Amino acid sequence: MKKIPNKFKNPYFAGTILGFVLFAAFALTHSGLGASGAISRIHVAITKLFWSAHVDRVGTFAAMGAGNRNALDHPSMYLLIGTFVGGLLSAWYNGRLKIEIFKGSRISNTQRLIFALLGGIIMGYGARFARGCTSGQALSGGAVLSLGSWAFMFSVFIGGYAVAYFVRRLWND
Amino acid sequence: MLPIDIITELGKSGGYAVFVLIGAGFGIALELAGFGDSRRLAVQFYFKNMTVLKTMFTGILVACLLIFLSAGLGWLDFSQLAVNQTFLWPGIVGGLIMGVGFIVGGYCPGTSLVATASFKIDGLFFLVGTIVGAGLFGESLPSFETFWNSSFTDRYLVSDWLGLSIGATVFIVTIFALVMFYIAEKVEEFFKYKDTGKAWSWKITKRPYLYGAVVLVAVAILIWSVGQPDPIRKWKIMESKYSGQLATRAVFIHPLEYVKTNNESTIKLITLDLRSNKDYETFHLKGSENVNLDDLLNAKFVAPLAQLPPQGVVILLADNDSISIKAWQYLKVQGVVNLYILENGLHDWNKLFADKKIHEKDINLASPPAEVLQLFPKDAYIPKIKIGSKKRAGGLCS
Repeated sequence: MKKIPNKFKNPYFAGTILGFVLFAAFALTHSGLGASGAISRIHVAITKLFWSAHVDRVGTFAAMGAGNRNALDHPSMYLLIGTFVGGLLSAWYNGRLKIEIFKGSRISNTQRLIFALLGGIIMGYGARFARGCTSGQALSGGAVLSLGSWAFMFSVFIGGYAVAYFVRRLWND
Repeated sequence: MLPIDIITELGKSGGYAVFVLIGAGFGIALELAGFGDSRRLAVQFYFKNMTVLKTMFTGILVACLLIFLSAGLGWLDFSQLAVNQTFLWPGIVGGLIMGVGFIVGGYCPGTSLVATASFKIDGLFFLVGTIVGAGLFGESLPSFETFWNSSFTDRYLVSDWLGLSIGATVFIVTIFALVMFYIAEKVEEFFKYKDTGKAWSWKITKRPYLYGAVVLVAVAILIWSVGQPDPIRKWKIMESKYSGQLATRAVFIHPLEYVKTNNESTIKLITLDLRSNKDYETFHLKGSENVNLDDLLNAKFVAPLAQLPPQGVVILLADNDSISIKAWQYLKVQGVVNLYILENGLHDWNKLFADKKIHEKDINLASPPAEVLQLFPKDAYIPKIKIGSKKRAGGLCS
């Protein structure tokens, strides 16, 4: 492994790769990219291990894993595994594979992890609310010009900018 | 012609392997952009570094240009792509919530995966959070389910909303993205030079960016001038895919199958009558709609037919085969799934039911009841309607 990590790629270059991958996804599978659907499936699969009656009872869970249905048997799961592997390979190749916690310098590691968990919960909730996350709604829907996806995309940025000032302590150097 | 259905082509395991490969490309692109680092993502919201905006919009723009260029040239059938359904207000509310989660937690679902894959502990905590959040949503949904299903339009494109052609919309999106990139560059420059005292300028200082922008605009203009294929041109491109179904008459149904289908409560049947208005006024099937071929070339008219639920069936009837076949071709290439033609139109209709009676009464010819079927031998016709249950919408978010 290299000692000094490679620099990140130019954003337009990375974006162009992203665009070609997204196009390939549409051309080969009819639909674009996504992550939140698979995350929801993981939740349903875990819940099912402990409390399968509950999965049958809640509408959105039942749609994924009611009865004998295996919530994880879905193309989106393989896309998620691929994303994980791709991230791992790229981080390894570029010398960025390292156990660490990214945060602003004014908060402690524990604080950062609490906020990461909290932010994740809010994000997971919002992504189901919006029927897709940044990849499934904004990227995929944006590329095929879905009006709802464009409205969604702007509201993500608005939501972020509206709150950014109040949580600046989390990210300031 | 694209898109292909990789799972049908390669089987389940082969298809899933391709999904892993596509996912890997996605993960690599995100990692290369630096999206495995929450600080790099969060800084977007403090204007100092616009990487998120630049990468995201480049990705959207490049994919958008590739999709509509290949659709314009006849390499890809846009009507077969999954377009995210529009639930306008739930989408906006969900987006606002996500924006908050983004700035508090520093990731989005896809990027937290990449962060976790590169051993970032904060990414892992965020990812666990999203799993919990998805569960909380399912638990709380019953209290606002009506709102969550409101303001729904199935396939609603920005071009429909603007009332413009797809080509013109793609051009506008391209210009919009380039203007945003320009502003992003200048904002970054402003913050970079603010402390050093160096002056920033409006000039485009990076030559490669200028060339890149010229290429993107040129492609957008090309897409606009080529246009998206109308149904007639699209049929010429796609003829080989569908003409077999017409040649073998696999889509021509017997009047009795029409009666059977019409009386099935689970099926939503739409009958389009292509005869003259005069004939239609004289006699028509109950619930049928009098249309002409021009209507079927009108995207606004066809959109609801292409967006029928999986149990939707469209049946065409006309005075002769040449009209009904033309109508079938127009609708097929516009993405109407379960599409059939009533064999010989209404020519045999009256004759078929002429001397049949149910409970001593004449049959209502405009809407024969299911009992009629018992008056005919079981093998009176060969059933041909197969309900295609493939649901294109929904995609991977479901």
